[in-house]
Amino acid sequence: MKFGVIVFPGSNCDRDVVWVTSGLLDQPTRRIWHQETDISDLDVIVLPGGFSYGDYLRCGAIARFSSVIPAVVEHANQGKLVLGICNGFQVLTEVGLLPGALIRNKELHFICDRQFLKVENTNTPWTSAYSSGEVINLPIAHGEGRYYADAETLAQLEDRGQILFRYCTANGEVNQTANPNGSLNNIAGICNPKKNVLGMMPHPERASDPVLGFKDGMKLFEGLLKAVVGAVS
Amino acid sequence: MTKKYLAQIYVTLRPSVLDPAGTAVQSGLAQMGYHNVDGVRIGKYIEMTVMADDYHTAREQIDAVCDRLLANPVIENYRFDLLEQPSSVVK
Repeated sequence: MKFGVIVFPGSNCDRDVVWVTSGLLDQPTRRIWHQETDISDLDVIVLPGGFSYGDYLRCGAIARFSSVIPAVVEHANQGKLVLGICNGFQVLTEVGLLPGALIRNKELHFICDRQFLKVENTNTPWTSAYSSGEVINLPIAHGEGRYYADAETLAQLEDRGQILFRYCTANGEVNQTANPNGSLNNIAGICNPKKNVLGMMPHPERASDPVLGFKDGMKLFEGLLKAVVGAVS
Repeated sequence: MTKKYLAQIYVTLRPSVLDPAGTAVQSGLAQMGYHNVDGVRIGKYIEMTVMADDYHTAREQIDAVCDRLLANPVIENYRFDLLEQPSSVVK
């Protein structure tokens, strides 16, 4: 499975993704400079975390106009896979490939911490290796991670099972004490109706190498490989 | 393009969006001793000069720029003023 990781000026989590897909999973991976326009050779496009364009104006607002983005939109429209992590999720909402917006954390602090998440819908290539309702632990590191969408959009996301990850307690309770940033409905990650585009604020790539003490993120990548290619090396 | 316009753009949060930064400023005002203020919300002011043939063309462009880049319509509203500036370009 061929992975491409887009690098915007200011992206800084690209190499962590490459370490997982290439270093740990041995999948062909290349980094894509944001001004490239041909990504047709790739299966999965990843928009990594970081501070593209310094988060100036709004997170992801300027990255949205990079020359690679129309190709990413076309890739998604063809039903191919797109993963936005943290700043990547912010870019995807600015582009409009995912609904809603990510705004300043409710308590205004940048939060760098481990966070429990509930896997809500395992009927997607991204979450196929998890069990339904599984409680996992992934790192978060963001200042603008509060998910916002209007009531109508939220209802649609709920009805269509587009919410894949929710902030929860260690026991899997979805409540406000478990919500680090004030996201509506404790939303940590969502997909589009066709389920080929995923955006999430937590960092699965930082929880894939067992050397670091986390392993719940690896299941996202393994599930993806198994669901699409049918085998994991 | 013979006319020069100064665009003064105001980007504000939609009323339905919680503004914790505004709330923080409001508590700062309370600490200053002002307890008679409410509804503090923080927005952005952006200005730019644009060269255009006429006011209508300039307005259309600024409107498009606001809608696509300067404001996120999911969470923000915008409004702007366009003021013609003396231009050194002579027809």
